[in-house]
Order: sequence, then C-alpha cells, then structure tokens
Amino acid sequence: MVIAGAGHAGGTVAALLRQYGFEGPVKLVGEEPIAPYQRPPLSKAWLKGEADADSLALKPTSFYAEVNIDLILGVRVSAIHRAEHTVELSDGRTLPYATLIIATGARARSLPIPGADLDGVLTLRSAADAESLKARLGPGKRLAVIGGGYIGLEAAASARALGADAVVIEREPRILARVACAVLSDFFTEYHRSRGVTFEVNAQVEALEGEGGHVTGVRLADGRVVFCDVALIGVGAPPNDEIALAAGLECAGGVVVDEHARTADPDIFAIGDVSHRPLALYERMFRLESVANALEQARQAAAAITGRPPPPQEVTWNWSDQYDLKYQFAGVPFDVDDVLVRGDPATAKFAVFHLKGDLIQAVEAVNAPAEFMAGRQLIGQRRPISRARLADTAISMKEVAA
Amino acid sequence: MAKITYIEHNGAEHVIDVKSGLSVMEGAVKNNIPGIDADCGGACACATCHVYVDAAWQDKTGEKSAMEESMLDFAENVEPSSRLSCQIKVSDALDGLVVRMPESQH
Repeated sequence: MVIAGAGHAGGTVAALLRQYGFEGPVKLVGEEPIAPYQRPPLSKAWLKGEADADSLALKPTSFYAEVNIDLILGVRVSAIHRAEHTVELSDGRTLPYATLIIATGARARSLPIPGADLDGVLTLRSAADAESLKARLGPGKRLAVIGGGYIGLEAAASARALGADAVVIEREPRILARVACAVLSDFFTEYHRSRGVTFEVNAQVEALEGEGGHVTGVRLADGRVVFCDVALIGVGAPPNDEIALAAGLECAGGVVVDEHARTADPDIFAIGDVSHRPLALYERMFRLESVANALEQARQAAAAITGRPPPPQEVTWNWSDQYDLKYQFAGVPFDVDDVLVRGDPATAKFAVFHLKGDLIQAVEAVNAPAEFMAGRQLIGQRRPISRARLADTAISMKEVAA
Repeated sequence: MAKITYIEHNGAEHVIDVKSGLSVMEGAVKNNIPGIDADCGGACACATCHVYVDAAWQDKTGEKSAMEESMLDFAENVEPSSRLSCQIKVSDALDGLVVRMPESQH
C-alpha cells in the first residue's frame, strides 16, 4: 500500500487502514517535512497563537512506528507506473504498490503578475506558510489579502487579533462571491468592517510593488496602490492531479473517482481535495475542498480496501471561525430556486437556507448550530419542509425537522 | 494527568493516561482509539465526538455550553449523559473518568 500525500486525507486513511485490520505494509509519502496535521487551524486558532504544533498533529509522531506505518517525508511521488505497479519518488527511489491511494491535495493558486516573487508575498496552505505569515504580523503591520474567500477572511480576522491592520482586495463585486450567498457576503463585510478591516471590491490586481526586494503594496488596475507590509494571496487551490493525469487516469479538475473513492484503475484510489467525486444527493460530479470530504473519502477507501461495508453517505459540510463567529455550512447550493433567511443577520445569529422547491439543498449558519445540524439532516433525508415554518424562529428547528 | 477509561460501543475498554489541558476527545484521537471521530478537530462544529459520561462524573465534567447543547440536540442516540468530548477539558480532577461511545458518530 502506497499513499501519495501525507495531509489530512492521507494521514487519516493510513490510520483507518490499520484500525480496520489491514495488515500489509503501508508507506505514507509526504512532501512536507512533518507528520500529517490539521490545516484548518492554520488560518484560525493557530495563527492567533491559540494552538501549538502538538495540537495540530493528527497523531503523535510515535504513532506511525507503533502501528507499522512507514512515514516517508520530505519527498513526493513524482510518477505512477501503472503497468509495473510502482511509483517513482522525487529523490529517485521506486516503491512497488499493490494498492495506491492518491491524496496529493491541492495547492494555493499563484498570481501570474509582476512582483509575485517579492519577499512578503505569501500564500497559506502549509504549517510553514502559516509560520511565515505569523512572523510578519503584529502591531503596526499591514496585511493586504488578495481574494475575499474563507482563508483570506480568517487571516484578516487573525491579523486584527494580533494587532495588525488588514485590507481585503476582491475582484468580484462582493467577498465570498464563489462560495456564499449575498446575505452572507454583506454580513461578513459589515462584521469585519466594524472590527477595522477595510475592503476593496471590484478591484483588479495588476502588480505587487516592492522596495529592496520586499513587497510594499498592491497596485490595482485603476492605478491606486494599497500599501502593505505583507500580501497574502488567497485565490483558490487547484488540485495536484498531474501525476494521475500523466498516468492516464481520467481527470476533470481533480482525479475522477466513484462512490468508493476508486478510480477506473481498480488498484488506484484518490481521496480528498485532489478528487473529483460523485455527489449522489445532487446527482452530479464535483470537487469538494474540505476536511469533512477528506475524512469521508478516507473512510470510503479504507472500507473498500479492507472489505468492510461502505460508510453511510454524508452531507458535505465545512466551517469557518472568524472573531467570535462560528460559521457552519452544509450541502452545496446546486439547482436552487429560492433563498430563505431564518433569523436576523443584525443579531449575528441567523441561517440561510438554499431551497429547490420544498427541499433544502444547502444551509449556511452563523452562530446557529441547531439550524446547521437540522439543516444537514434534512438535506440528507431529502425531506420536504414548510417554508413558512422554516422562516418562523418561534418554531424550533426540532419542530421544523419533526 | 488523568486516567480515562474509554469504552467502545462493542464493550472494548481502553484505559489511557491523558495529559491535563487536552480534551477528552484529543486523548482518544491521539491514541488511535476507535469510536470518536472528531471530524472538525475540536472546534465544536460537527458533533462526531459524542460520548456518554458516567453519572458519577457528570458534575466534574462541567456544564454544556449553549453551542454544545444545540449540536447535541441533533446528534444520534442522545441521552441526558451525552457530551461532546472535545468540550471536556482534562484535569487531575477527572482522574478515573469513564466515558462510553455511541454506536456511530455519523
């Protein structure tokens, strides 16, 4: 068993294989120098100094030896030779496999603009990235975030907590344009604004400016320059599917897999951010980027490999922490014909339901765990709801879901 | 440090020394004890670290927050003794704690 990629997905599937009784050799190959760890805190608790390296680790370092998982760090799988059933590593070694799991994840998209290689221009994906960002933030510093997605907003909130100024630069007319509805965009914009974050929307970034090799500002298409000490680029994460593509596996913005996380090659699985997977609830294929997805597919692959019954189908979900806000969302808003808001955004406790007729397709909940949990269940059960009752906060979510 | 007994739904017992400051969930996950998934890593965002706390320990494990209460409301097989183990901080006072796991976290 070779697992290409030692992130959240790779680390989890390795541990699960042992938990499920897999006895063959397991080689877990990761490019980063450290054992599998959780990425979500990197832009949240960790960046604010509220979590240490030990608490990020998925398992203690002693774990891998204890359960006989061969952790091969600091190298990556550079090629798959399907006919020979071998993989090639970036240090020239070759490993044989009976089963291969591709868990190579995604990488932060870079911007092909002048100045992108200046010192102080960062992305945030790995612990090393987060370390570098944290070291540059503090009172008197100014962070410019390019891209108003979750990573950027979480980093802006964490920067404020560390005493730094933060400005978010977004190409679209609103932040979170790709991932959340307008009600949420407006809410988060106001929440961040009242905590000192400034926004530039409809802003096309043209170049990064620098002095002595260090970034000093972000030049916009209209000629203005947003001054900064650090620029964080958060404009999405394409899948690391090159080795799969080169090996002739079907890729469609991610490695195409079935509901067991298996590719068309019965001996190769792909899990986590790198996979393009079926979403049975929505009758389509999609690439999800979340911990919940990585874990679900790790369970699917480990079950298939060890001959266990497949795990129950999940409603995909994710979360984001910003300031004192707990933002949780479930489902994907496909085929939505209406959006219903339950609660008042002005109270910072509300939820947005994305509806297709009387069915909930997705829910976004701010400080509203009951709406999130009940919404997630209703999405999975495909149970029609009454819009009037759903909109009425005097009726509890327990009753709405009853 | 506290000795915590984790009992899987099938009855399998695991007795673990857990460092003070960690959560009861972390004590399980870091020691590869099956039955506590903790998908969100302890952010109180997923309700997949559900456990039952033995009656004798319910006072010592503290009160549930409103957040935890709401999450548990919609978890499977919830009982009055249900807790999210990521929300229970381990201290010397919890030496001897016993928690049981539900049939499934999903």
